[in-house]
Amino acid sequence: MTKDIIALILAGGTGTRLGILTKLLAKPAVLYGGKYRIIDFTLSNCINSGIDTVGVLTQYRPLQLNNHIGIGKPWDMDRMNGGVTILSPFTKQFKGEWYSGTADAVYQNMHYINEQKPQYVIILSGDHVYKMNYSMMLDFHKKNNADLTISTIEIPLEEAHRYGIIHATDEGKIYGFEEKPQEPKSNLASMGVYIFNMDVLKESLVADRSIEGSSHDFGKNIIPKLLKDGKSLWAYTFSGYWRDVGTIQAFYESNMDLIARVPQFNLFDPNWKIYTPNPVKPAHYIGEFGYVSKSIIPEGCMIFGQVKNSIIFPGVTIEENASVEDSIIMSKSTVKSGSRINCTIVGEKTTLGQNVRTGMGDYAENIFNSKIYKTKIAMIGSNTIVPDNTTIGCNVVIDNGILPQDFPYTDIPSGYALLKGGDGNV
Amino acid sequence: MYNTMGIIFTGGKNNRLKELSAERSISAVPFGGKYRAIDFALSNMINSGIRNVGIPTQYNFHSLMDHLGSGKEWDLDRKNDGLFILTPYLSEYGTGWYKGNADAMYKNLTFLNRSNEEFVVINQGYAIYNMNYIDILKQHVDKDADVTIACRHMNDFPKEYLCALGIIEADRDKRITDIQEKPLNPKSHFASMGVYIIKRKLLITLLEECAAHGYYEFVRDILVKKVNELRIYNYEFTGYWKPLCNIQLYYQTNMELLNPSVRYELFMKNGNIFTKVKDESPAKYNEEAIVRNAIIADGCIIEGLVENSILFRGVNVQRGAVINNSIVMQNSIICENTSLDYCILDKNVVITPNKQLRGDKNWPLIVGKNVVV
Repeated sequence: MTKDIIALILAGGTGTRLGILTKLLAKPAVLYGGKYRIIDFTLSNCINSGIDTVGVLTQYRPLQLNNHIGIGKPWDMDRMNGGVTILSPFTKQFKGEWYSGTADAVYQNMHYINEQKPQYVIILSGDHVYKMNYSMMLDFHKKNNADLTISTIEIPLEEAHRYGIIHATDEGKIYGFEEKPQEPKSNLASMGVYIFNMDVLKESLVADRSIEGSSHDFGKNIIPKLLKDGKSLWAYTFSGYWRDVGTIQAFYESNMDLIARVPQFNLFDPNWKIYTPNPVKPAHYIGEFGYVSKSIIPEGCMIFGQVKNSIIFPGVTIEENASVEDSIIMSKSTVKSGSRINCTIVGEKTTLGQNVRTGMGDYAENIFNSKIYKTKIAMIGSNTIVPDNTTIGCNVVIDNGILPQDFPYTDIPSGYALLKGGDGNV
Repeated sequence: MYNTMGIIFTGGKNNRLKELSAERSISAVPFGGKYRAIDFALSNMINSGIRNVGIPTQYNFHSLMDHLGSGKEWDLDRKNDGLFILTPYLSEYGTGWYKGNADAMYKNLTFLNRSNEEFVVINQGYAIYNMNYIDILKQHVDKDADVTIACRHMNDFPKEYLCALGIIEADRDKRITDIQEKPLNPKSHFASMGVYIIKRKLLITLLEECAAHGYYEFVRDILVKKVNELRIYNYEFTGYWKPLCNIQLYYQTNMELLNPSVRYELFMKNGNIFTKVKDESPAKYNEEAIVRNAIIADGCIIEGLVENSILFRGVNVQRGAVINNSIVMQNSIICENTSLDYCILDKNVVITPNKQLRGDKNWPLIVGKNVVV
């Protein structure tokens, strides 16, 4: 049986601006919202939109991502016909090459698409947080007899220089496209969601392949070329919550959006569930002296202390007399008694010892990388042990896998960075 | 590793759990925030390495089948072996209703014959415990027993409920000398847990013999009658074990989960308890939430006060609502300014605003499934 439409999810993103969060895993595998990984939104959108054939293109540190997706069971994508396929770079008969751009990644997997024989291909990004019904976009695409439909969203004009900006008529016919313009003339941004007619996709990827100096990117090369060739390009307008959680600030804010009384982004919608592998853990327990307010707590947690304005992940223990405020604590971490955790992102399987203080003092510029780390948020990596009685300032980075003996002082000033050498493999 | 298969009994017809078992088999009764009772018996088998499990069931098994499905969550969707739900069937030898648990196994002799494991573990789907069967199997082999029964000193069990169990007498060598099934005046508190180890071939022989005599109960007609003839041994289990025999025990056992040592023993010490997943979002606490000493499952939205209680998945506690000492099952809604004390709310119950429901510690108030109060 051939499929009307299949999806390709670009999940090779390095997510450099997320700092230590993406040091050891791909951006789509970063934890989000108390239970999920970022790619869950795109995968769930696919299955909820009736797309059950999905190729996931990975490249950067794919282990967690591959483990997470497996055979696609949580998304009901363990299918006889179709389902989810991980498409990693591979060597060919005479040479091996990495994916050198988004378009190149798709080109190198043309054989996968050919095998499925779809009429349409939807290209998605695995690093965005949103709920979208792609079947409505497909209807729009078919109705307009389009060659390519780009999903767009209105954004504040002052942020427009970070996106691909689209110029379109009121009906949605695209007549102009600028990738990250210095002086944007429109606030209609591309979401990196494209529906191609199969033949148009094939043709343009093959043509782009032979262009010298092309960076093989959909935004930079393919779309401008199609526009120049007079193809029928349409802009589908999406209105709803959509975030590219590309920076630490954006990641933090988007997580915190979930704890509003009526969140803009509703994860409780029974008609649009977001799927993810479920932890095999009992329901969470709040102790006799526990206090939780304005927070998200999943299964497997034990809260004996205080949690306020925070996102907690499965299997976290907050001991008695510990308090967590304005923070994100990822899976299986422990906050020991007497600690005060403020405005901090804590990675997985990390232990914060007794009487640890974080987020103390005033902001100071980060000594390691002031372009990535430029918020008040203190970042503590995964598999790290912070010794008892440590005080940690604002905008501090403590890398993954740091042990008590690696701490130079008990008082880590704001802006300090404690990094681990090596490639993170051992 | 012993070559073992499993059989789980899901309980006969009874209304000891009142409204909770009116529409479901006793083994399918929701428990502990996200489980159903049978998850414990089934997960124990999985954690003991058993990969071939038969579940005879005949009363109101719809919700049980819905819960177990193909056995995916227990990793029992196997090409060989896996999960077998054994419902009654009609055949030319008469109507197929199971007259008792021996009869249920006898009517599924094909399942037992076709399996090729050496041993069978038989357990009950309505008991809450986490036990690895490796030790009892080891003792069974060491003692060269015909049958081994897991038993427990029920010191922590209310005396008046002992008569719902089988009381065991044994000699110093652990050989069982007497079994009294559900006695009116129990002589001791050493009781059978309803967990039996037996060789598959012997089980088949005993079942055939039992059926030939027109009998149909495994304990009454086989074990009790042959207590001298067969080498029946007891294996003492010292961990936590509670059968959900009646509403009081159901309530107490749920509430005991608030005790950290019980929770640790049931969920962390010996292995995971698996259950059907529901893909709910994590629980959300709004600003007004006050929650103390409570178990809260995913999908809950909490704006009220919850104390000494267990909330199942997707429960909505609105502003000003007060829940004390209660069990609230899946997708129930507790509206504004309502208070609950010592209540058990079944699934999809709606308590409209400004209501006050109050039960007693020994007689919790039960609100049936889909009821709007």
